[in-house]
Amino acid sequence: MDFMVFQYPMITVQACLDGILLGILFALIAYGMALQWGVMNIINIAQGDLVILGGYIAYFMYLYGIHPAWGVIVSPIIMYFVGVGIYKLVINKVVDRDLFISILATFGISILFMQLMNFAFGADVVLANSGYGTTFLFDSAVVLPNSKIFSAFVSIVFAIGLVIYMKKSKLGRAIRATAQNARAAKILGVDTEKVYAATFGLNAALCGVAGALISITFTIHPYMGLPYTIRSFMIVIVAGLGNLPGVAMSGMGLGVFEEFADYILGTEFRIGSVFLLLVLILVYRRFKLSRKREYLK
Amino acid sequence: MRINKIILSFISAVAILLSTSVVSLAKVVGDKIVLGAAISLTGKYSSNGVHTQNGYNMAVDRINSMGGVKVGGKTYKFEIIYYDDESNPKRAAQLAERLISQDGVEFMLGPYSSGLTKAIAPVTEKYGVPMVEANGASRSLFTKGYKYLFAVLAPANLYLDVAIRTAVELNGGKGVRIAQAFEQDAFSQDVRLGILDAAKETGSEIIIDDKLPKELNDMAATLVKVKQMKPDVLVVSGHTKGALTAIRQIAEMKVDVPMLAMTHCDAAKLSKQHGKNSQYALCASQWHKTLTYKDNFFKDGMTYAADFQKEFGYDPPYQSAESSAALLVFKDAFERANSFDQKKVRDALAATNMQTFYGNIKFAPGGQNVDKPMVLFQVMCDGAGKCENKVVAPLKWASAKLIHPIPKWSDR
Repeated sequence: MDFMVFQYPMITVQACLDGILLGILFALIAYGMALQWGVMNIINIAQGDLVILGGYIAYFMYLYGIHPAWGVIVSPIIMYFVGVGIYKLVINKVVDRDLFISILATFGISILFMQLMNFAFGADVVLANSGYGTTFLFDSAVVLPNSKIFSAFVSIVFAIGLVIYMKKSKLGRAIRATAQNARAAKILGVDTEKVYAATFGLNAALCGVAGALISITFTIHPYMGLPYTIRSFMIVIVAGLGNLPGVAMSGMGLGVFEEFADYILGTEFRIGSVFLLLVLILVYRRFKLSRKREYLK
Repeated sequence: MRINKIILSFISAVAILLSTSVVSLAKVVGDKIVLGAAISLTGKYSSNGVHTQNGYNMAVDRINSMGGVKVGGKTYKFEIIYYDDESNPKRAAQLAERLISQDGVEFMLGPYSSGLTKAIAPVTEKYGVPMVEANGASRSLFTKGYKYLFAVLAPANLYLDVAIRTAVELNGGKGVRIAQAFEQDAFSQDVRLGILDAAKETGSEIIIDDKLPKELNDMAATLVKVKQMKPDVLVVSGHTKGALTAIRQIAEMKVDVPMLAMTHCDAAKLSKQHGKNSQYALCASQWHKTLTYKDNFFKDGMTYAADFQKEFGYDPPYQSAESSAALLVFKDAFERANSFDQKKVRDALAATNMQTFYGNIKFAPGGQNVDKPMVLFQVMCDGAGKCENKVVAPLKWASAKLIHPIPKWSDR
């Protein structure tokens, strides 16, 4: 236990800002997960691996001398087609089955992706350098790498863009209709098969954006996907499906929680504390649900 | 039903036949000495696994082409059976069993990483199979009383010992204030124990002692504390991801610290991935090509590096060099034992006292090499941003003078 974070007020400010910037990025990944969970009732265990794959795209652009920030444009385009491909190959066979089957299927995809990435890109930890500088606040007591600010900004832009797209475009309306009632949407002439493919593609594209951002803020490694899956799962559980402001808030909340856990418990408990929080929330939700059920009886 | 039975007995007969025929493939076949090795060719250690395998292969080719191993007046050649352990300790232990009990291997080479060596050592020990390993440095390997395990590398607790001692020396013999962050795995924690020992002996104080998770990719919290507490030395060890994350965030957060000491810089290709941002970082290394150790097979470090480059197309990391050295040790031990009896070879290994291009090799009773100090190199960049690793300590091998303290970010 270390309470330095409370002794030095500037560390508290630093932790909050770091957490919020990080949380916005997590929220973007979680938004993709919520979208496809809501529309297709699929919990995608391979979410984190799609993120990492997106990161590798930005990394390879960087290797070939293109600034990795362009990854946030290129990576989602490629990842959209990867997503549609996964849907056509695997997901369309499990989309109408129960949740357990889809979890198994995406778990399989996750393992496959990890191994394929390891095979194709090697087991080295890599990163892309953006060359963005640093922002100093409060007489340089608080330090924010510009790459983190950039990634939060890009995440917000993509999230807003997606909300507008879902509200205004034809496909967006079809997606929302399918989420509300797939059968009714089908009867009314929506090609749900296409909607599902597009949804999975959109989710993968969001992962692509997030991955590109992670490659310039953190590091990329074929086996680093799972923590991102867990985080987005957790954010969606807290926020509920179809609740975008909720996803954003719970994303930032998780980011700040992680930072404080890091300072107080130590970095080794950072991911552990996320798991613990997840368990607590699930227990709490169940407890609430069982009370409701009793009431119904 | 009857047909099933017939098929079943047929299959078991074939299986028995096969297994007996495999056993006859023993350690020394004709003029070949067969060594076994489980290596991580896939999975998370695959890049270092390949470095290890390349090191082994390079030495096998060299020894075979230069006359092989002479035992009892006859010349033998080395051959290695490899299996892929998938970077998985359980699989590695299974494969060691398989190599010994099915393939009949009587001498083993080590896998990559302390964790996998730990998984294999009990198996080789059980069968009394001598194993020379080159990539397991964890101290706990050498405290278990293993009789058949020999490591050509210096144990993990010595990795950054030199750095602390150098810092104290530069501080006029007075203790320094140390901030440290270590991943929670066997190897890094051993490095940490070494620092604790060195701190105690030099009267230094540890003011930050953080542990890093396996999924480490953010250590901003540690660095914020470092900024606040201003230690004299910052020590980081968390394999390649630790080294890469530390340099990225130290540069981004403009953390000023007089000395930064790390492990795994060359495996992380620090100077290539981070360029000038990695400048002045001190890195612990088992070997560097500019060291002037010599032997008859590879001549010296520079020649080894050039030959390796020609064969495999990249500069050899120390993981390859130490793996090559393992075979030189085996050859030497076979010739001195003048026999293929496992006990005799084991005793000959224990009495090893030789110099290779990689360094002097002499084993302590625990099996670790006590005759080869670690070296520290510092990443140094020229005006054009081209960075190189230069040995700065111990002084005997130094090819450049240590730059200390590290210039502040505002002055760079």
